[in-house]
Amino acid sequence: MENAIKLSHLVKKFGNQIVLQDVEFDVKVGQIVGLIGPSGSGKSTVIKIALGMEVGDGGEATVLDKKMPNRELLGQIGYMAQADALYDSLSAYENLKFFADMKGIKANQVTDEINHVAQVVDLTNDLNKRVSGFSGGMQRRLSLAIALLGQPQLLVLDEPTVGIDPALRRKVWTELRAIRAQGRSILITTHVMSEAEQVDEVALLLGGKVIAFDTPTQLKAQYQVASIEDVFLKAEGDL
Amino acid sequence: MRTLAIMNRVIKELLRDKRTLALMFLAPILILFMLKLMFDTNSTTNITIAAVNVDGGIRTELKATKHVQVETYTTIGDAKKALKNETVDAIVKQTGSKYDITYDNTDSSKTTATKMAFKNAVATNDLSQLKSTVELLAKQSGTTMQMNNGSKIKVNNHYQYGDADTGFFAKIIPILIGFFVFFFVFLISGMALLKERSSGTLDRLLATPVRRSEIVFGYMLSYGILAIIQTAIIVVVAVWLLDIEVVGNIFSVMLINIILAFVALAFGILMSTFARSEFQMMQFIPLIVMPQVFFSGIIPLDSMANWVQSIAYILPIKYAGDAQTQIIMHGDSIFKLGLDIVILVIFIIVLTILNIVGMKRYRKV
Repeated sequence: MENAIKLSHLVKKFGNQIVLQDVEFDVKVGQIVGLIGPSGSGKSTVIKIALGMEVGDGGEATVLDKKMPNRELLGQIGYMAQADALYDSLSAYENLKFFADMKGIKANQVTDEINHVAQVVDLTNDLNKRVSGFSGGMQRRLSLAIALLGQPQLLVLDEPTVGIDPALRRKVWTELRAIRAQGRSILITTHVMSEAEQVDEVALLLGGKVIAFDTPTQLKAQYQVASIEDVFLKAEGDL
Repeated sequence: MRTLAIMNRVIKELLRDKRTLALMFLAPILILFMLKLMFDTNSTTNITIAAVNVDGGIRTELKATKHVQVETYTTIGDAKKALKNETVDAIVKQTGSKYDITYDNTDSSKTTATKMAFKNAVATNDLSQLKSTVELLAKQSGTTMQMNNGSKIKVNNHYQYGDADTGFFAKIIPILIGFFVFFFVFLISGMALLKERSSGTLDRLLATPVRRSEIVFGYMLSYGILAIIQTAIIVVVAVWLLDIEVVGNIFSVMLINIILAFVALAFGILMSTFARSEFQMMQFIPLIVMPQVFFSGIIPLDSMANWVQSIAYILPIKYAGDAQTQIIMHGDSIFKLGLDIVILVIFIIVLTILNIVGMKRYRKV
């Protein structure tokens, strides 16, 4: 297996509106790929197709060597959406336990898994509190913890660090790099351009097309600018 | 077992939602109790009739009628004034052998009662006049009449269901029990899945290897348990607190309601896919829930036009109401109601399949 995600010639229409036209990029095994683009550029649609929530009108999405949509495969994917998507009246532990059950994590591993992910996002002392009493940042962290459950081969993270303070953001990135070191792969969307500098490759999505896909260094050289933020602005200006 | 994990989670959420629990368990009791108070006054209508120039005989007969009072007025003007002031409910004016009756008619039951009372008064008055005429004739002709006065006619009333106090409330209660179960389960299950969708947890759930059917069954099971408890409470309240006579088996009543609850559950979940917010879910009430009331049999269906009657056949509550009435009022065994039950089960199966397939909207596998 070479690619964790391989998208080729992906087309998606909603009614008459073409959201994706010929999207093509891949996430190699053991890579962190950043998907950046302005609001409405189709980032969420790309993620939905990669997860099998939607089916493209053309092209193909292959995840972990299997053609999507594929229900069984979802057990090996950790997904974190933009919305926190938590059960408010349940405690953090109950949320984690529920999603561990849904992911099919073996009963004797559940407690270890929960303790591990809680430690990563620094929620160990708050596990028995109800989510309704959580701050926005704590909810975000719990949401990330759920995605990390079960050591998935592929993580799909939609804006994972919004509302997380800098110290914790650094910690999260340390964890993401540790995951990469284990040969697992990550697709991440972000609005934080300093984060985009830290990924292995950046896919720049604009107007339903991937207009650039390269390492941050290469992209900066290609656009002759000093930061990914400038690449983003320049690319948007060119269109 | 993912289905059980989902069931556990939904129940846990419900148990922590005290308002919803109160709505499901206390609201039906409260409503039933209020209905009982309203309908169980056993409708004795007291009427006051203004008599203008009315013969003494008829007046006496009217006065002798139960719940009827007679006020004598000398002029029609005074009587009309009294009618306007609502001190009397009708005016009877006699001109020769012609009677003019004016009804206030703001309460149709009083109008009917007045008509009845007057008709009886006239009939009894005629009869007693006839009797005295016959007696007079007999005396004149010198024959002795053998009047059958000794043995008075005696009527004993026997009631197949209930007793003399059984009113409209008893008639509607079997249907109302079903309606409450349907209404509350429909609303709350629909809202629950809707909330799951709008908060994004449904997406997150579908991003795990869970089967669509496991989600639907998890919901059916958890709300099914809730519906069983709710049904038990409603039936117990109806039978013991409100003193409704159940001729048949009380467990048959519960079984029918539980089956109906599952229909409501599947229906609520299905409708929630067409709603984008809790408010839009409420908008289904006049569309889905109200017809169930009208066609459930609370208003007798036989009196409606044929095409209107046939609408009832597509509404699940009709079958539950029918079955319920048969058990509660006629004491039918559950095995005699096979057809009603089969139709309700078909509703459940079809709606459940629609729900499982319908969830493809959110995930393609």
